[in-house]
Amino acid sequence: MSREAVLVTADWAEKNIGQAGVVFVEVDEDTTAYDGGHITGAVKLDWKTDLQDPVRRDFVNQEQFEQLLSSKGIANDDTVVLYGGNNNWFAAYAYWYFKLYGHGDVKLLDGGRKKWELDARELVKDLPERQPAQYTAQEQDLTIRAFRDEVVEVIGAKNLVDVRSPDEYAGRLLAPAHLPQEQSQRAGHIPTAASIPWSKAANEDGTFRSDEELREIYSEAGVDFSKSTIAYCRIGERSSHTWFALRELLGQQDVKNYDGSWTEYGSLVGVPIALGDEPGEAPRA
Amino acid sequence: MSTVTADSCAAPDQAAPLPAGVDLEKETVIAGTVVADGGPVSGAYVRLLDATGEFTAEVVTSGEGAFRFFAAPGTWTVRALSRAGNGDAEVSVERGVNQVELAVAPD
Repeated sequence: MSREAVLVTADWAEKNIGQAGVVFVEVDEDTTAYDGGHITGAVKLDWKTDLQDPVRRDFVNQEQFEQLLSSKGIANDDTVVLYGGNNNWFAAYAYWYFKLYGHGDVKLLDGGRKKWELDARELVKDLPERQPAQYTAQEQDLTIRAFRDEVVEVIGAKNLVDVRSPDEYAGRLLAPAHLPQEQSQRAGHIPTAASIPWSKAANEDGTFRSDEELREIYSEAGVDFSKSTIAYCRIGERSSHTWFALRELLGQQDVKNYDGSWTEYGSLVGVPIALGDEPGEAPRA
Repeated sequence: MSTVTADSCAAPDQAAPLPAGVDLEKETVIAGTVVADGGPVSGAYVRLLDATGEFTAEVVTSGEGAFRFFAAPGTWTVRALSRAGNGDAEVSVERGVNQVELAVAPD
């Protein structure tokens, strides 16, 4: 898959505002930024209230996803261009959802809100008017989603990529440093996981590094491209960003995102955990 | 206004007061203001880099240019990108609230 098919530049986006069949969607965990100004015509998706099940820990199911996109006026044959703040983490998470539910043409805006703002490109407060659509979602494509049992099973067999910051990986911090540190999980990482922070994949302005740079970064950090890979972080959004880099940009075949991530793994009873900066050994069978 | 919860991962509103329940005996807070020409810079992207220069977190400054991180004692770098320019500062911090002023200027 070529980079152009999955990632668009801010210039491309600016030229395609208002284009029939192209829908811009701003996604974030905290959508106050959207309310203060967004790309003209962009639809808002709230990661927490639109994309998560309100009761269970899981994201919206196939039917809920259909209802959501229908209500937002997004059709199956639309080109969906996702962007957001927080370095596109939640936009990448949403990209993964769209793929999971079989959407045909979905792209990420390179650099997301950050680059758009730093470039001083136009943001508006007007809300888009879209007619409801009839959206049909596919069953979840579980070839891109990992669950906890598989993760425990493949320790030492598949590439595990921990994309949190080095201090979270080592167990010195329990959450990203913009959040308070008192959390319920155990600290550390899954044994054998390579520490490759999500940020390695991005430039300072939030755009992705070149394919050549990405390939070098992941190879040097221990990703064996002949093997399958599972990426994880704390709640699954930073690892969606890395999943995007590995599968969508570099075209690695079998890459899964473990959305349970550390908030699940670090709470499991009896699973192995490694502390410190080294990956650690797989437990003996 | 966003609330900080264990199940979230986004950068919270930087104008919000320290969340209730934050224990300053345990937390190491790096808080400050991004300034240019003596005035605060709102909407600046401030990132916290660890002692090896690795990215740890990023927040957007409030209307008053404020930012805040929850780190650990040690040496860190705060770096800001903004339309008014970029800048960085190295800080050595202890438990409790550590104040830092971060100046930006065109490259």
